[in-house]
Amino acid sequence: MERRKITIDGNEAAAHVAYRVSEVIAIYPITPSSTMGELSDAWSAKGLKNIWGSVPSVTEMQSEGGAAGAVHGSLQTGALTTTFTASQGLFLMIPNMYKIAGELTPAVFHVSARSIAAAALSIFGDHSDVMATRQTGFGLIASNSVQEVMDTAAIIHRATLESRIPFVHFFDGFRTSAEVMKMEELTDDDIRAMIDEEKIKEFRERALNPEHPFIRGTAQNPDVYFQGRETVNKYYNACPEIVQESMDKFAQITGRQYHLFDYYGAKDAKRIIVMMGSGAEAAEETVDYLMNRMEEKVGIVKVRLYRPFSAKHLIAALPKTVECISVLDRTKEPGSLGEPLYLDVVTAISEEMSSNNPPFAKMPKIVGGRYGLSSKEFTPAMVKGVFDNMKNAEPKNHFTVGINDDVTFTSIDYDYNFMVEGDDVHRCLFYGLGADGTVGANKNSIKIIGEETDNYAQGYFVYDSKKSGSTTVSHLRFGKKQIRSSYLIQTAKFVGCHTFNLLEKFDVLGNIENGGTFLLNSPYSKEDTWDQLPIRVQQQIIDKKLNFYVIDGYAVASKTGMGSRVNTIMQTCFFAISNILPREEAIEQIKKSIKKTYGAKGEEIVKKNFEAVDQTLENLFKIDVPSQVTSKIEIPAIVSDKAPAFVRETLGKMMEGKGDEVKVSEMPIDGTFPSATTRWEKRNIALEVPAWDPEWCIQCGKCAMVCPHAAIRIKAYDKKYLDGKPETFKHMDAKGKEFPEGYAYTIQTAVEDCTGCEMCVEVCPAKNKKETKLKALNMVPQIPIKTQERKNFEYFFNLPELDRRLINTAVIKAQQLQEPLFEFSGACSGCGETPYVKLVSQLFGDRSVIANATGCSSIYGGNLPTTPWAVNKEGRGPAWANSLFEDNAEFGMGMRLSIDKQNEFAKELLAKLSDEIGKDLAEAILSADQKDEVGIYEQRERVDQLKKKLTQLKSKEASKLSEVADFLVKKSVWIIGGDGWAYDIGYGGLDHVMASGKNVNILVLDTEVYSNTGGQMSKSTSYGAVAKFAAAGKTTAKKDLAMMAMTYGNVYVAKVAMGSNDAQTLRAFLEAEAYDGPSIIIAYSHCIAHGINMAKGMESQKLAVDSGHWPLFRYNPENVLEGKNPLKLDSKAPKIKLEEYIYNETRYKMLTKSHPKEAKHLLELGQAEVLKKWKFYEQMAEMKVSESGEEKAN
Amino acid sequence: MDLSTTYMGLKLKNPVVASASPLSQNVDTVKALEDAGASAVVVYSLFEEQINHESGELDHYLSAHSDSNAEAASYFPEPERFHLTPYQYLDHIAALKKKVGIPVIGSLNGVSAGGWVKYAKNMQDAGADAIELNVYYIPTNPKTSSLEIEEMYVNVLKEVKSNVKIPVAIKLSPFFTSMSNMAHKLDEAGADGLVLFNRFYQPDFDLSKLEVVPNLILSTNWEMRLPLRWIAILYGQVKSSLAATSGITSHEDVLKVLMAGADVAMIASELLRNGLGKVGDILKGMENWMKENEYSSVSMMKGSMSQKSVAEPAAFERANYMKMLQSFKTHI
Repeated sequence: MERRKITIDGNEAAAHVAYRVSEVIAIYPITPSSTMGELSDAWSAKGLKNIWGSVPSVTEMQSEGGAAGAVHGSLQTGALTTTFTASQGLFLMIPNMYKIAGELTPAVFHVSARSIAAAALSIFGDHSDVMATRQTGFGLIASNSVQEVMDTAAIIHRATLESRIPFVHFFDGFRTSAEVMKMEELTDDDIRAMIDEEKIKEFRERALNPEHPFIRGTAQNPDVYFQGRETVNKYYNACPEIVQESMDKFAQITGRQYHLFDYYGAKDAKRIIVMMGSGAEAAEETVDYLMNRMEEKVGIVKVRLYRPFSAKHLIAALPKTVECISVLDRTKEPGSLGEPLYLDVVTAISEEMSSNNPPFAKMPKIVGGRYGLSSKEFTPAMVKGVFDNMKNAEPKNHFTVGINDDVTFTSIDYDYNFMVEGDDVHRCLFYGLGADGTVGANKNSIKIIGEETDNYAQGYFVYDSKKSGSTTVSHLRFGKKQIRSSYLIQTAKFVGCHTFNLLEKFDVLGNIENGGTFLLNSPYSKEDTWDQLPIRVQQQIIDKKLNFYVIDGYAVASKTGMGSRVNTIMQTCFFAISNILPREEAIEQIKKSIKKTYGAKGEEIVKKNFEAVDQTLENLFKIDVPSQVTSKIEIPAIVSDKAPAFVRETLGKMMEGKGDEVKVSEMPIDGTFPSATTRWEKRNIALEVPAWDPEWCIQCGKCAMVCPHAAIRIKAYDKKYLDGKPETFKHMDAKGKEFPEGYAYTIQTAVEDCTGCEMCVEVCPAKNKKETKLKALNMVPQIPIKTQERKNFEYFFNLPELDRRLINTAVIKAQQLQEPLFEFSGACSGCGETPYVKLVSQLFGDRSVIANATGCSSIYGGNLPTTPWAVNKEGRGPAWANSLFEDNAEFGMGMRLSIDKQNEFAKELLAKLSDEIGKDLAEAILSADQKDEVGIYEQRERVDQLKKKLTQLKSKEASKLSEVADFLVKKSVWIIGGDGWAYDIGYGGLDHVMASGKNVNILVLDTEVYSNTGGQMSKSTSYGAVAKFAAAGKTTAKKDLAMMAMTYGNVYVAKVAMGSNDAQTLRAFLEAEAYDGPSIIIAYSHCIAHGINMAKGMESQKLAVDSGHWPLFRYNPENVLEGKNPLKLDSKAPKIKLEEYIYNETRYKMLTKSHPKEAKHLLELGQAEVLKKWKFYEQMAEMKVSESGEEKAN
Repeated sequence: MDLSTTYMGLKLKNPVVASASPLSQNVDTVKALEDAGASAVVVYSLFEEQINHESGELDHYLSAHSDSNAEAASYFPEPERFHLTPYQYLDHIAALKKKVGIPVIGSLNGVSAGGWVKYAKNMQDAGADAIELNVYYIPTNPKTSSLEIEEMYVNVLKEVKSNVKIPVAIKLSPFFTSMSNMAHKLDEAGADGLVLFNRFYQPDFDLSKLEVVPNLILSTNWEMRLPLRWIAILYGQVKSSLAATSGITSHEDVLKVLMAGADVAMIASELLRNGLGKVGDILKGMENWMKENEYSSVSMMKGSMSQKSVAEPAAFERANYMKMLQSFKTHI
């Protein structure tokens, strides 16, 4: 039967089968597995049926632990159930996995295998997560390519029903889960043919049913528990044969035969690699090359069924001639004798060799090695390195490959230049920006090539770690033979650079082959482009004799109404130049794909894209390349030579895209990195930046307050510092009693760090009275002022900060003089979260310890290469750490407990040492009032004195006190995270911490959706908002976290929205910190996942408040002591209709276009909810309250 | 009493038509309008910008941040299909046609000839009985001549006319150098009706914010004087039907515009202000007045006070202006 050839990624391949053989799907988003759940939800929403003609029920849970629980329950009651996860998510499922396996319950969990968070989190792929489940009783089966993912899914869903063993089906995160590849699609009939209906019947008969009840999940005692655990052995013993039988059955249906261990290589191979996952594809490709071109006796065993591990089948797969085996693990197990697969292979072969019938004449040498952690490249060069290691008489064991371990010397050498790919594969690289649609266009191109030609095709996409101005590199391969190259392109025939200034950031032509083709999107004319190229690029074009094409894609995009999206234009150029298809046919296919991609969004967008295609070719030019370099443009240094050594030498390599060259010795041993490193990474991503016009400035401070990147800053300083200022440095007299007499005032933009979001300009209330379109801040092009403003910012940066004791923090105008200690993060341009985070850093940063939940804020707050948490000139700043997603409240509370204990201990020691230290000093420290900056400053002075004195004391107590003396100065604990954490996965812990009464400050950055993982619904999502898992609009109300917190009575609670009332926001932060108990601030944070113009983010916040959706209030338990109502409403009754707010945002508005009836209904519900809630709050705020609970007489 | 009239070939039971306004956004409200006596309804406008930009805007906000980050390829679910405003508008016309018996007139608001005018045909296919083309254009470019502007109106009309079989009215602004000539040109270009006049909402300034702010004010009674004059002038000079709109609040106003030569009087502000019941009041008032003054039909009075029928044609011209100024007396 002819099956459809489709071009999809690994996640879709897994979900394709899992969805069709499931009745219930319970999931929770986690990278890189989220797509599987999202696709299932989308299919369910549109009514796609499983193979039994019913639409599976897809439910998002509050955590992976919740998902696993729901899966367990669903299985127990007889529904075929699946889930998708990765990494820490899989860890949270482990308790249920033991249960599900212990109860011999058929199920398959599809896992896009990912690194685990140890010294650092990584979203990328390896086997560390799945290896942590190998003891649960679940079977483990690996897929190595996108085709195999779909095939194995079908095989294992059959095998689990047959064997009663539940399975984890895993494939490499990103490399396979996100790789787009041409493959053969399994039909519903194929899948149906794999499933034995009788086994489903048996499964259902074993399920809980009150019609014929039993109990399961008893508690057992020493007498029988052990025996009970041994009852399952026969199922595990039978399982490998059942899986092989499923593979054989699959081969009958599709012709693709798999084995538990598949061998590829010379029949008489002596050196063999044993491994699993996508790396095995690169290894097979290399074996092919070494065997056929170099006549080496090598081979590879691809492990498919890893648990239950069948030694028999492994031995059968190995050629009898084997002399040496390298077992490669994509995981790290510190302290172990070796990694898991290695240990299993050693055990299996040793056991067989010591049996009565040893399989080999001589025990082969077996060595183990680690490779590819966190998607580290695994190339044919490395594979050859592993084979070469086996040539040694004493091959290195417990080695690593792909890194330079210059500490414990585990790494093996390899020839970096060894490559196996031939001319029969077209290899193309595309450099672009996230915002220009390059990746989307390439996804379409690879689909066209895969589905409209007889070529095999593969696409893989690499992103940098920033959320604003991110760059992308697309790797496209196609050719007549199957592609097994599971690694990035090393040499390309075609390179497209979709953004001109990337020529300075990347060595774009470093990998292009001689005589290759280079396509450049240039804002210059075809005549001027050459002269605008940096020297390096000109030289490469000449030396490599490149065919050089240019197009001003932005001009075509602008002319055809495409804005900055050059995707369609560059895609057309690629097809036109590369001749993969005849030009006419290519254009027809591009248009077909445009229709498919944009059709749902209306004809006009399709038409615009068509016009862009039509206008592209006439603007595409081949350049006559001069014979000599004419440019004078040097590639600027990535890092300033003023940067600290670690930044220059280690982080600098990462910034340059050469992080792979960082040696083990250069990496911190325990995940500890220096603060304040973003200031050394000048990204220059803004096309326009704000310029200050002092003539109209009213010095309100609002611009600095809303700046998400701390790129616009304010200082008031003694005028004497103006001597020697740069010529263009701007200043004015500081106005108002908030500033010391006779001071100067400057607002300065860090133009190289600004992302050009315009929020500062939007909030600036000071209009130019002569021309009202201008304000005291106006956007101007960055390039012309870059050099001067670089100097100005440096000068500004070195001006002294105003003494914190002189700053009135209660007034924004003055408070914004506080130095931000959170700067230049990688957050989205116009981010709604970071202004709050920065505010914490300004107000309390020099004494704060921060626990940060995993999510957007941990990524922009802690993703390498550089990180934004900064230090002041005294060297103080926020001490920041990220533990996990689910435990952040507890993590922060632990910090509080630790700090309090050390403070207590310090006080105890101080009291004991009072005589030696001096009674006055000891007493002053012990009784210090540290409620304000003056108090803290004085306490710091005293503690400094104390430390000096302690150095002169020899007692054990004195030594102990010096260890903990810092904790005599007040510390502020902040627990920061998003709504996914606070409302969902971390709520249990959050609730407990709020109930604890401990002095912690919780900041919930509420975007009302899972922002970091791509817009999934959370319990903070409101009625009628569209999100993933709420495609038809959320049908339940937003959880009122503030109300829940208030029920404790002793928790300070505030709901704030900076864009509506910045003064109230500031008050709430000050009160929260001042309150000696748990405080929670829930902060409205606009987000790219809302589908808004981010420049107007603060306006969205205002609308949210004005509509009553987001009432502002503060609940201060201390008010009760004064006989006042603790709740104070800070916003007025709803003054605009809810629709005036929500239909300003795509997340709501799109529902009126996709589900108009539902939108109307949900708007009514939402509006009613807003009014009801408001009345409730209003009544609460009016209640008479007293400390005793009795009504107080007036 | 025969209140019936014919507008663009459509037989209407009376001359009171609900003009384009938010009242027509709801099917039940239109049904109530019919029940109150309105003889036809002009549906709220579908704007050229909605047709041309909604799709692009939606795409922009849905995909602006997609494929930019390893963790999130997108931020929104992608529905199979979006019912964009133009399609919803067409569905709405179809729904109205199912619910009410009175003619339903679709309204297209735009300025340029282009792809959007094909929605006129879509409206026809959805069941609209006629199209009202609302050309709302503020010429701000000093290089654009009045001739170019006039041609633009004519071209848009011609393009719409060439797409549909149902009648097409054009709603005009009063700001033409030669209104009569413009009316004539449109008449020649095939306009089935002229709707006089469009009200240009005048922006206001917010002094505290130094911003220009939109400011929608419902029409007031005195505004009907302008259509009254021009209908009186144009009556008999053009083949097109004439509709009066702006400031009509009472049965007297309706009678006046009919006598000026209008085939229908269009009302919106008054209904928004005082409720749908006003239609009935106006009709009743008309009947009473006609009875008292012995008019048996609307057709009897139509055009009876047009420029060509009145004793003093100069009353609509400069002579009247001079007379008014001269007769104005101060009482200081």
